[in-house]
Amino acid sequence: MKVMAQMGMVMNLDKCIGCHTCSVTCKQAWTNRTGLEYAWFNNVETRPGQGYPRRYEDQEKAKGGWIRNSRGRLKLKGGSKARRLLSIFSNPKMLNIKDYYEPWTYEYDNLITAPLGQQTPVARPKSLLTGKPMKIEWSANWDDDLGGGPANIEKDPILQKLAEDVTTKVKLAFEQTFMFYLPRICEHCLNPACVAACPSGAMYKREEDGIVLVDQQQCRGWRMCVSACPYKKIYFNHKTGKAEKCTLCYPRLELGLPTVCSETCVGRLRYLGLFLYDADKVAEAAAVEDEKDLYQAQLDLLLDPNDEAVLKAARDSGIPEDWLIAAQNSPVYKLAKVYKIALPLHPEYRTMPMVWYVPPLSPIVDVLTETGHDGEEAGNLFGAINALRIPLAYLAELFSAGDIEVVENTLRKLSAMRSYMRDINLGREPRPEIPEAVGMDQESIYEMYRLLAIAKYEDRYVIPAAHAEQAKDLENMGCSLDGVDLGANSNGPFGQASGNPVPVTIENFHILKDRQTQ
Amino acid sequence: MSSPNILLWIVLPYMAFASFVLGLVWRFKYDKFNWTTRSSQIYEGKLLRIAGPLFHLGLFAVIGGHVVGLLIPQTITDRLGLSHEAYHLGAITMGGGAGIATLLGISLLIYRRRTTAMVFAATTRNDKTMYIFLVSTLLAGSSATLSSAGIIGEEHNYRETVGPWVRSILTLNPNGESMMASPLAFRIHAVVAMSLFIIWPFTRLVHSLSAPVGYLFRPSIVYRSRDNQSTSGSRQARPGWEKVKY
Repeated sequence: MKVMAQMGMVMNLDKCIGCHTCSVTCKQAWTNRTGLEYAWFNNVETRPGQGYPRRYEDQEKAKGGWIRNSRGRLKLKGGSKARRLLSIFSNPKMLNIKDYYEPWTYEYDNLITAPLGQQTPVARPKSLLTGKPMKIEWSANWDDDLGGGPANIEKDPILQKLAEDVTTKVKLAFEQTFMFYLPRICEHCLNPACVAACPSGAMYKREEDGIVLVDQQQCRGWRMCVSACPYKKIYFNHKTGKAEKCTLCYPRLELGLPTVCSETCVGRLRYLGLFLYDADKVAEAAAVEDEKDLYQAQLDLLLDPNDEAVLKAARDSGIPEDWLIAAQNSPVYKLAKVYKIALPLHPEYRTMPMVWYVPPLSPIVDVLTETGHDGEEAGNLFGAINALRIPLAYLAELFSAGDIEVVENTLRKLSAMRSYMRDINLGREPRPEIPEAVGMDQESIYEMYRLLAIAKYEDRYVIPAAHAEQAKDLENMGCSLDGVDLGANSNGPFGQASGNPVPVTIENFHILKDRQTQ
Repeated sequence: MSSPNILLWIVLPYMAFASFVLGLVWRFKYDKFNWTTRSSQIYEGKLLRIAGPLFHLGLFAVIGGHVVGLLIPQTITDRLGLSHEAYHLGAITMGGGAGIATLLGISLLIYRRRTTAMVFAATTRNDKTMYIFLVSTLLAGSSATLSSAGIIGEEHNYRETVGPWVRSILTLNPNGESMMASPLAFRIHAVVAMSLFIIWPFTRLVHSLSAPVGYLFRPSIVYRSRDNQSTSGSRQARPGWEKVKY
């Protein structure tokens, strides 16, 4: 058993209002540069919809992710190593800028400098790539809130897949009932296809926290990662000729701060924390035969941080003590493995993604309320989950390789939590049979409610800071953040001004934290 | 040998070699960040799909032909029982085919670069200069091939003139006279090619030295420690100016 730590994220889709704050703040922090105008390390797409880049889920075209070959071994869907090396002069699966969108600006200058005339001057759109006037036809959020109607939505690869299985009538019913937002960042997979596809060896997974990064000095712009990632979360910087991607804001995480997208999320729907997993078993788990077993295989990789054997193996592989404590308090571990309500996005790509999603229950509650039923009554909800097979099938295609039962179980748990907590909030006698119906007890469902509904800052983000003393560079050893209160209010034994100067970011972080209502 | 000839056939080759090697070392040490293919495939893929492989694979064959033709002395092929006529025929057909593929490829690539607005907008002055040198080398080389085959001008066995000169340069025993005996087309090709080698390290052509052969032999998933981040490719920090650290 080789225990490794992985920083993971869970997003509670019930809370996402599609405000795009995460996308905008991420853009301001990371991609507000030429060469990446079109790139959104974080984007929020409306489902059903084509997503960004357009139809990225159509792996028959894009050939992203892994497949299991006839000998039961994993192979990149894009072909063998030799074959991909031969296609290096023109990657046949490379995306075109139009699959994302052609970035543009407006001729604002014209509004001020246009000569006096009969017509009001206008600011025409101008391509940022050619500098010429252009017609805006698509962008990252063109089908936001089902914009563009059926003509656009029908091109959703998941819908098309479902339409093959069930009747088109089903699809219409679906459109009447269901819409939700799906915020996406890099999945920082345990079995990343992009890393495996990089001919230069510039892409790597960090041993300490599993963050997948591109070494900008080593990337040679072969662009194999762009097509190999099934989530299409590697972007080609067309100015520098190098690949760039979501870094999970590692400079912030190393200080114990949450990512920009998490920090600024107004719905407070993101959770950050550690997973411990068995690195020796990843390839085996990713190669299970039946796609529907992939979710379970992925769960089995995650190790119990309270198990003595796991802790010992983790210490043997050099994971520091405070990281183990963080793993024990990890909200993402609880949501994914203990409560089993967070699911991986597209496990069938066999990359073992580490950004998990709590599937949305709200649309089902809304339907019940609209039809005059009590939307929070356990019996009604359970019945509705049973009856609304189409949204369930759609969610199952996203989160469990089409296994409806998995999604159903998570939604039943969320329904049980709503009903159980409503009785408590209304001062009625709590009904233990509700948690029991979904295989939980009263205590754990209450804890789950605390984590999902109260969602305090320090419960959502359990991020152990990076260890400076691990650094080979001895000069870096002066200031270990571990276990030391570096807050501006802290008075060390030698008074406030002594010792190493505290970086402004950490100081501000602790001041802000103290100010927050707890 | 007159001084211009000494300059061209003895000084220039070593200058080109020095510029090529030292330039690459310098670039690798100080400018690894810009060491890339600078691919424009994201702007346009359809033409590149044909032109890219056509040009590159053709060029590989051309380079292979040069290595065989220039480095292997005629005496060796003669001893192996390969007659001069048979060798020549093989070189002309294979080399000619590769040359046509390369020229066709680069014409398509330049057409694409000029006509696709996005690609043209992303073309730098450095690129344009490089294209002039690259295309002139290719054109001069092709006309030299045609002339050596006797299609234009007089038939010429470059393995008696150019080959010995190249080997004499490589063995540090330069023999400029040998090259001076070759027809004008060959001499032009050699000079243009040497100037291409001089600018090579300072253009996007550096990507040719990054052929990712190691990819075939490494494990699929690469792990790296946060602490082992090398600063290779970026200059070491100077003493007195420490990096920002926490």
